[in-house]
Amino acid sequence: MNYTFIALVENKPGVLNRVASLFRRRNFNIESLAVGRTENPDVSRMTIVVDCPNGDVDAHRIEANLYKLVNVIDVQDVTHQPSVTRDLALIKVKVGPERRAEVNGLAEIFRARIVDVAADSVIVEVTGTEDKIEGMIELLRPIGIVEMVRTGQVSMTRGVNEGVRRMPGMSDRHYDDISVAAMVP
Amino acid sequence: MKKKGAEIVWECLVREGVEVVFGYPGGANMPIYDAMLNYPVHHVLVRHEQGGAHMADGYARASGKVGVAMATSGPGATNLVTGIATAMMDSVPVVFITGQVAAHLIGGDAFQETDVTGITLPITKHNYLVTRADEIAETLREAFYIARSGRPGPVLVDICKNAQVESCEFVYPDEPKLPGYQPVTRSPKALLDDAVALIEQAHKPVILCGHGVLMSHAEEALMQFAVKTQTPVASTLLGLGAFPASHPLSLGMMGMHGEAYANLAIQNSDLILAFGMRFDDRVTGTLKTYAPKAKKIHIEIDPSEIHKNVFVDVPLVGDVNTVVSDLIPLVDEYDHDDWLQEIQGWKNETDSRDIMNWEEDGKLYVAHLIADIWKATGGNAIVTTDVGQHQMWTAQYYQMEKPNRWLTSGGAGTMGFGLPSAIGAWFAAKDQEIWAIAGDGGFQMTAAELTTAVQEGANVKVAIMNNNFLGMVRQWQEFFFEKRYSAVNMLTPDFVKLADAHGVPARRVTKREEVEEAIEWARKTQGPVVLEFRVEQEDAVYPMVPAGAALHEMIRRPVKLAK
Ligand SMILES: Cc1ncc(C[n+]2csc(CCOP(=O)(O)OP(=O)(O)O)c2C)c(N)n1
Ligand SMILES: [Mg+2]
Repeated sequence: MNYTFIALVENKPGVLNRVASLFRRRNFNIESLAVGRTENPDVSRMTIVVDCPNGDVDAHRIEANLYKLVNVIDVQDVTHQPSVTRDLALIKVKVGPERRAEVNGLAEIFRARIVDVAADSVIVEVTGTEDKIEGMIELLRPIGIVEMVRTGQVSMTRGVNEGVRRMPGMSDRHYDDISVAAMVP
Repeated sequence: MKKKGAEIVWECLVREGVEVVFGYPGGANMPIYDAMLNYPVHHVLVRHEQGGAHMADGYARASGKVGVAMATSGPGATNLVTGIATAMMDSVPVVFITGQVAAHLIGGDAFQETDVTGITLPITKHNYLVTRADEIAETLREAFYIARSGRPGPVLVDICKNAQVESCEFVYPDEPKLPGYQPVTRSPKALLDDAVALIEQAHKPVILCGHGVLMSHAEEALMQFAVKTQTPVASTLLGLGAFPASHPLSLGMMGMHGEAYANLAIQNSDLILAFGMRFDDRVTGTLKTYAPKAKKIHIEIDPSEIHKNVFVDVPLVGDVNTVVSDLIPLVDEYDHDDWLQEIQGWKNETDSRDIMNWEEDGKLYVAHLIADIWKATGGNAIVTTDVGQHQMWTAQYYQMEKPNRWLTSGGAGTMGFGLPSAIGAWFAAKDQEIWAIAGDGGFQMTAAELTTAVQEGANVKVAIMNNNFLGMVRQWQEFFFEKRYSAVNMLTPDFVKLADAHGVPARRVTKREEVEEAIEWARKTQGPVVLEFRVEQEDAVYPMVPAGAALHEMIRRPVKLAK
């Protein structure tokens, strides 16, 4: 099943390469990886979705390996936490003036927007969970998708919820703070 | 005070207590070599950068300090790669400093430009590309700290030529700033209690002693723990020396070529206590049937090793010395007499197959020669090896009593490690006797370093176990490929003449009766010496757990040959 991790990393050149290379080297399959700046200019944030066929055992290995990278500051597993998850897609649909209204109607149902109109195509922008975007794509496919781009998933836990941390990460965290249950999958 | 980048490199090395650097100059590190002349650090000019890397590695393993190797950009740096991977696999702290083309040329395929940080990303603990002089001090401070702390390992610092010649204010930072790097040292009490509960229930416990015991200086704690709980100790290849081989609780080496009784003890045990080891496939055999009846406690500083190969019941993440020391007061005294008796039975059976108990037949067997060298040196020498049959025989028959004297490439299995690592070790322990046990194949990979040994006056004794074969590969072909020998029969040069050409005194030994005298001659002769032993060509290392077999499914030395 897919697990979602949030990793805070130092905002330095090459860090994305280190993370990507780690997943390749350790034979993990990345489903999506989104990275961007945070409120702190020294820190970037990654949302990484990984296939974990062995469940928590794999999740443990992923966290432990991420921490082996000197530039990784914190990792949490938010798979099972209440969180807000978003992916953004831009979908260019081949459509002339005669069926534009149809596309518009579909977009409205998905609270998507048409952000560009050309003579024989439109660009639909849709944000939401994986499922929602997949649904939108399914409906647009018969009309004719010519091009598509997705940002990959970004996640944030709701309210005061935090993800599971199986490893000591930030300077003030030690193994003693982490529940034994989290460490023994 | 303002200093040039190249000077800052040496200022940092001096502050880190570096006494010796193994390296090779070239276009991209010439400013560093120029600045070197003004600093009190001894530089060893190697003959190939791989040799330099292994020397720094050998120095680090023998001294417990961080080794340093240097190379220029491009081919200089790529020649280091095997040595870096070797240090990585065995968690050895080495800082590699390479020159790089000027920052503005990077990415343009400039002369001798190679993406060295890219190439070494997966084989270093961490690496850096330094493009400005004012980054050098901070980077080297971090590099040394990362190399020696936590689970040690190699760190590479690639320094652009412009950064070497530019000047800036030099300040050596007190503390490295590494928000994401916080090695764990202690395990929580709750988990220690879980471990104690398992120890209480155990009737057939075994300690697996790995390299981590040596790296964290836990020999004393291991001894206390083993004696208090009367738990026998089996070692990994790299853990040898952490627990004295002559101790009644010592089971010697475990694994593919481990002692049969050590492997049988593991397979029959009801509690495995893994101390600073990582359940490598060479020590477990197939995982499906590994120690099937045993609960497992794993003491390990690197959390990513937990549950990696073997699922454990109680993971104790932390520094081995700290964790074992925390455990000692929590455990009771036990005797485990029945269990030790059972193991003794397997030991007796093994003795009857031991090549040591063979009748003399006039031939030279490596196992006998290793025992001879062991006897002559009182078991006190620093011993390095190449990789292959001779390495396994040395592990089996050079009974290590003390730590940090056994230097071998375990995880990477790098042929050619023996001679250069011995030279490196000599710089760490000039007053000690040092022997490199080499294979005829492995020796030829880094033989050029003989001249380095001469130039430096390194007092290392090289014993080439010449079986005219890539022996270990030959053995596999004999056992698993119906004796179809493919590319293992090797023409060797006249090693005595070769040594002679390097100005190294050398002797060839072909007869049993010459052995003792030759070893004494080598020991008495000051400086590097080569002994070539013409050994039995088709001997095999026993026992052997075939790759993919269960740990107890060993091929044993045929018993009929024993006396
Ligand atoms: C650099 C390198 N290349 C290939 C191997 C594979 N290999 C492992 S043992 C061995 C044979 C070594 O022969 P030799 O040095 O003569 O030692 P022996 O086994 O005969 O004692 C080889 C080729 C290796 N370990 N390292
Ligand atoms: Mg050989």
